[in-house]
Amino acid sequence: MQEVRRVISVIAMNESSVLARVSGLFAGRGYNIESLTVAPIPKSNLSRFTIVTKGNAKVIEQITKQLNKLISTLKVIEQDENMVEKEMVLIKFSSNESLSDIKALCDAYNGGIVNAGENSVIAMVADESKRVEYFISAAQRYNPLEIVRGGVVAIER
Amino acid sequence: MKMSGAQMVCEALIAEGVTTVFGYPGGAIMNVYDAIYKQDGFEHILTRHEQAAVHAADGYARATGKVGVAMVTSGPGFTNAVTGIATAFTDSIPLVVISGQVSLSLIGTDGFQEIDAVGISRPCTKHNYLVSSLEELPRIMKEAFYIASSGRPGPVLVDIPKDITAEMGEFNYPKEVNIPTYKPSYKGNDRQIKKAVDAILNAKKPLLYLGGGVILSNSSELVKEFANLTQIPAVETLMARGIMGYDNPLLLGMPGMHGNYSSNMAMSESDLIISLGARFDDRVTGKLSEFAKYADVIHVDIDPANIGKLVDVDYPIVGSVKDVVEKMLSLLKHHINPDRYQPWREILDRYNGLHPLKYEDSDEVLKPQWVIQRVGEILGKDAIITSDVGQHQMWTAQFYPFDRPRQWINSGGLGTMGFGFPAAIGAKRGVPDKVVVNFTGDGSILMNMQELVTASEYKIPVINIILNNHFLGMVRQWQTFFYDKRYSETDLSFQPNFKALAEACGGIGYDVTTKKEFDEALKDAIKQNKVCFMNVIISRFENVLPMVPAGGALYNMLLEHKDK
Repeated sequence: MQEVRRVISVIAMNESSVLARVSGLFAGRGYNIESLTVAPIPKSNLSRFTIVTKGNAKVIEQITKQLNKLISTLKVIEQDENMVEKEMVLIKFSSNESLSDIKALCDAYNGGIVNAGENSVIAMVADESKRVEYFISAAQRYNPLEIVRGGVVAIER
Repeated sequence: MKMSGAQMVCEALIAEGVTTVFGYPGGAIMNVYDAIYKQDGFEHILTRHEQAAVHAADGYARATGKVGVAMVTSGPGFTNAVTGIATAFTDSIPLVVISGQVSLSLIGTDGFQEIDAVGISRPCTKHNYLVSSLEELPRIMKEAFYIASSGRPGPVLVDIPKDITAEMGEFNYPKEVNIPTYKPSYKGNDRQIKKAVDAILNAKKPLLYLGGGVILSNSSELVKEFANLTQIPAVETLMARGIMGYDNPLLLGMPGMHGNYSSNMAMSESDLIISLGARFDDRVTGKLSEFAKYADVIHVDIDPANIGKLVDVDYPIVGSVKDVVEKMLSLLKHHINPDRYQPWREILDRYNGLHPLKYEDSDEVLKPQWVIQRVGEILGKDAIITSDVGQHQMWTAQFYPFDRPRQWINSGGLGTMGFGFPAAIGAKRGVPDKVVVNFTGDGSILMNMQELVTASEYKIPVINIILNNHFLGMVRQWQTFFYDKRYSETDLSFQPNFKALAEACGGIGYDVTTKKEFDEALKDAIKQNKVCFMNVIISRFENVLPMVPAGGALYNMLLEHKDK
């Protein structure tokens, strides 16, 4: 069976150890986590997890079922095409690089320079994972000092 | 009413109808033990090891159908309990395990006897709690019992810091549980059930594949009614022995690695497998790609994650066996023609006649199968039978005439050696009017033999029949078959004096080498009504057969093993 990339959203109680329950399930059953982001859902006692995983159809089905089985889980959403998916990246460049080039590159990815200091500038882009990867590879020619990627977040249309 | 957290624990147990708690005290749980001392709502059985406390609670739960309760202290008390918790988890047994924890202010400081109990037990509990304030203690106790016993049952751990059991507060035990994230579904989808029923009516070679879920949902009578009405033959997994009754002509036997010929051939040739509360364990299916190749599958399970996990399912039904089979029965009643399956039953009868379960009896040396059959003849349905893990477990599952659900108690999923004796203690406490026999081996029994002391102190007369071949028999069998007889660390010729061991702990010991001695010993053991070790010397190299070699197809059974 073919491996596919899947974004799974989990709505769970915002209580201690719920992150461990979710991540422990992946570790214990040998599922793969490509990225994981968690944050509380405003005005509720719930948290939203966005998990990017890989596996064949059978594995993905088991992942969603096992996540659903956790007592703390309210809802598991297996995201399909019908979602907006974004990921953030922060890249630090030396101030010696061509700032106008970097700015132009950021513009191409709907990003910008979010901080400029004495020695370095920080650029930010939030876009689909694939486009974030393109941005990172394009940024290589400006000798990035540090790259920090955030996990994926997704929302149904 | 104002009371301490420790008292709240006791009051909650009483409110839940608990009458027996198995446990072992220690520093972090002492406040609760002090409260136990002052109450008379339930009895506490002091086992001699925390693992045994959990197995005893487990045996109690399996024999009675109620939630079993065990209590242990923090750190090593808890880690000793983990094997017991994992055993119950794998077999879906409802338990509430209460563990002490170091005080809140000490958590995370590597305090004395501190260990992350919820962290360790997360993968082997249905759910677990670290109580973080006195206010939430009553609610957590209530939820623990509800979660343990509803849906697919399982063990729940409640880990309570010591300062919380000392703190005073108002006790209001909730009447109801409200967990918005946990709503098990029992009903089963009507459309799917209808489709499954149509499939049954159209099948030529249907087969009931019965698992432990039938017993857990208390639907054995219903399932038997279903089988009798439809005249569909049935196989019982290791966890399901006793549902159909050993003498029911529709019962083929047990499928799987040590299943009988007709059961495995039925699985292989069936055109419709009706799985009720079973989970297609690798010990049942053998090689998956060869398993039930000609069959459509109806899978009824309360746990959706079991459905489609290993085998592709044509009719998935999430629900309790009870609700679903009830609905199936009402739909089938006026349409079923049991004659339809007559040719299929004839084929299976032929298979049964071709290779029935068998063994070669001997006058020189006792055969384990004879011993088990003999106990069956003498005690039959009047006994509860537990076992440890290994050859003796398989022989018991094959040869004991099980007659009803909850009569057979064993560690099926995790395969925990040392389970049988403490589980028998729990079962006997739960069902005192039955004789309880633990079939065990000379390997397994030593893993919880300290419970002789518990059984003696509380006068819990468990009959331990040690089928002694001076080997770690099941591993030895694999070494004979698959490792060119290199008997690496399986020769148990060096042994304790089992008779003296039992006597030293206040029990009775018997040494048995002949049929006559066995009959006399069993008769005496039943009469004496005391815990005993019956050291039964059996033929050393007896193998469990038939056998499907690991990873092999079910229809390729080793029916006999000729020593070259």
